[in-house]
Amino acid sequence: MREIRLHGKGGQGVVKASQIVVQAAENCGLFGQFIPFFGVERKGSKVYGYLRVDRQEIRQKTQIYYPDIVLILDDSLLNMPETYAGLKQGGTVIINTAKDFERLSIPDNAGQVIAVDGSSISETQLGRNLPNTAMLGALAHALTLIDKEHLFNAIEQVFDVKNRQAAEIAYNSARVFNGEGVA
Amino acid sequence: MTMEKRLVLTGNSAAAEAAALCRPDVIAAYPITPQSSVVEHLAQMVYDGDLDAELVQVESEHTAMSVVQGAAVGGGRTFTATSSQGLALMYEPYFRMSTLRLPTVMAIASREMTSPETIWSGQQDAVSVREAGWIQMFCESNQEIVDMIIQGYKISEHPDVCIPVNVCYDGFYSSHSISGVSLPGQADVDAFLPSYSKNYSAILDPNKALALDPMTPGNLLMKYRQNHLASMQNALGVIDQTDQDFAKKFGRSYGGLIEEYRCDDADIVIVTMGSMTGAGKDAIDAARDDGIRAGLIKLRFYRPFPAARMVNALKGKKAFCVMDRSVCFGWDKGSMYVEILAALSASAEKYSYFSAIGGLGGADISLEDFLQLITQLNRIKNTPGEHKTH
Repeated sequence: MREIRLHGKGGQGVVKASQIVVQAAENCGLFGQFIPFFGVERKGSKVYGYLRVDRQEIRQKTQIYYPDIVLILDDSLLNMPETYAGLKQGGTVIINTAKDFERLSIPDNAGQVIAVDGSSISETQLGRNLPNTAMLGALAHALTLIDKEHLFNAIEQVFDVKNRQAAEIAYNSARVFNGEGVA
Repeated sequence: MTMEKRLVLTGNSAAAEAAALCRPDVIAAYPITPQSSVVEHLAQMVYDGDLDAELVQVESEHTAMSVVQGAAVGGGRTFTATSSQGLALMYEPYFRMSTLRLPTVMAIASREMTSPETIWSGQQDAVSVREAGWIQMFCESNQEIVDMIIQGYKISEHPDVCIPVNVCYDGFYSSHSISGVSLPGQADVDAFLPSYSKNYSAILDPNKALALDPMTPGNLLMKYRQNHLASMQNALGVIDQTDQDFAKKFGRSYGGLIEEYRCDDADIVIVTMGSMTGAGKDAIDAARDDGIRAGLIKLRFYRPFPAARMVNALKGKKAFCVMDRSVCFGWDKGSMYVEILAALSASAEKYSYFSAIGGLGGADISLEDFLQLITQLNRIKNTPGEHKTH
């Protein structure tokens, strides 16, 4: 099972991004499950997402304490204590950011870091700061159970070709750092 | 078993799609977190022409229940949904719905009761109205929500039952969780759930003037209550039978009143209700891998309370713990726990047992929580009597 924890703010599309991943899992015969956790339901408040993909049915409906992947849609959340909490040894950190690597407070146990300016890509591509589909482009580097093609097809299925292109651009422009001790 | 559609849906959308498959004549509801998207989804379906139902926008939950009550008295099939404070505001017509013996299905995306102020999950809302004469069942998965709304009408409208049904599922953990679900085909649902037969003698009809529910003296009222109680007991058998009939048609069975998971040779058992069950089952599997003979009982129907099946499922076990997502004020324990002890009565003294309470106000009930309960049960299993929760 792959456990992905999303960190974002209301209005950035944490829920829709996760719905696309669950749809992609469904489309390739896998199982997906997503549980959101909202603060108050308004734009700008913190949103957490607990996303799971597995080859078998996912029974537990719980929060994710030890994520394989942390996907951060807003780099103002990097210094929140819960953002990197529990990241598995060698786990992946994906961040929507234009900042330099040194300013991302990457935890020591991260094995892979993927940084991309999803907000700028979405502003160019969609005319609004809706970074979720661009960040799925970055996720395609790390989401081993679902291949890129299935994931991007699901983006087009749930949204449209413009969002797919946003993901393509993000996939190609992402800064990917691999190896133990990338921090 | 033809033509099931596979869709990726939230629990709330799953509830709405299932309700639509049951062809309700009238829907009325008032938005409240975390239920709101059930009605939004249904309103969209009506607007798009995908659902031929009268959707009534109302100004409160009290009115929502009153509207579906009027429609049901007129012989219609109805649907509504609510949560927590909305259910509380609905209480007066809610009670009348069951005591008038009007079939319907109402989804409850269960949510903690304020105060402290909260919008998150908890089962206190539904559990607190357990004496209002409705059938109440709790779902574990989005698929179960779909299947139980369809079964809910079958049970509710059964001539030996005639009691409204609550299909409850945990706010956010189920209502907003997204997963793939199989949606039965319309023709199959139509065959399983024939159109609501309006052959009661007391149906409001403008061409046949009739006054319903006049002031009723106590001795007659007692008779009505007695009938209601008896019908609630009839429901026990109807629920199990409906589960089997549904399985024949759609290939999915849930065990009826309760589900027993790896209980056959179990020494210790955890009792759960609702969405927490999945993590409970995963914990049971992990304990089994460590050589601990653990099992799980999922209570599916809280009303009528399946006392006989619960007692039977616990027979021969050494220890059990009941995990409640609500509290029973005055007993200092969980609500379901108190009822299970009532079902066991004197035979409880053979067991080692305790009450656990968690998941209030949106708090998580994690795999780790269940593993700790199993460890504790394993430690006390040879010391009969009530134990404290640590």
